[in-house]
Amino acid sequence: MRLLYFAWVKEKTGIAAEDVELPDSVTTVGDLIGWLKTRGPEFAHAFERSEVIRAAIDHSHARHDAWIKDAREIAFFPPVTGG
Amino acid sequence: MIRVQQDDFDIAAEIGRIKAGRSDIGAIVTFTGTVRDQAGAVTEMMLEHYPGMTERELQRIEAEAQSRWPLQACLIVHRYGVLQPGDNIVLVITASEHRDAAFDAARFLMDYLKTTAPFWKRETGSAGSHWVEAEANDTDAVARWKKHAAE
Repeated sequence: MRLLYFAWVKEKTGIAAEDVELPDSVTTVGDLIGWLKTRGPEFAHAFERSEVIRAAIDHSHARHDAWIKDAREIAFFPPVTGG
Repeated sequence: MIRVQQDDFDIAAEIGRIKAGRSDIGAIVTFTGTVRDQAGAVTEMMLEHYPGMTERELQRIEAEAQSRWPLQACLIVHRYGVLQPGDNIVLVITASEHRDAAFDAARFLMDYLKTTAPFWKRETGSAGSHWVEAEANDTDAVARWKKHAAE
């Protein structure tokens, strides 16, 4: 599965994109955030205030309780500030 | 139509393209968002976006506006990259037979764009650099449109 990070989430994780193999226990966006937090201090810091992190599954906004089973690409980012 | 680009846009040229070859349009509304210097506190703005999702979200918002109002034309142009105070950021143009649809749709497009299109602003100034925080009143503006739809 392809993971992407944007804005300050990217700055904190230190990477823009990566491919990961997820354990079977990770079934929702929220599970994925919990798993990412265990991957070292950078990830723990980036996802510390997980309630403010937004996610998108295959280019569509997704809630933290959304299922990720068939996702190809999941992105994490702060609330958007365009316009 | 939607476009995501680094380059500036020419508002008059965009209106000209919309009007070209037709005389059925009665009202054209344009909105332009620009970089504020905030009394000298901002010297540069960097706009990051999510290529692929950005286009998809803008198309989705445009389709929603087209379904709510009788629009004859609809254009969203959003820039990304490094911008200076005074630079253009976003352009919305709506055209309809009568003004109400064009005014309302332009406002709707901007309200939705600000809360769902995946762009992030990073401001640089005398106090260093920081990511701009999302504003609660932007979310309130979208909630108003949802209430309208329910009525």
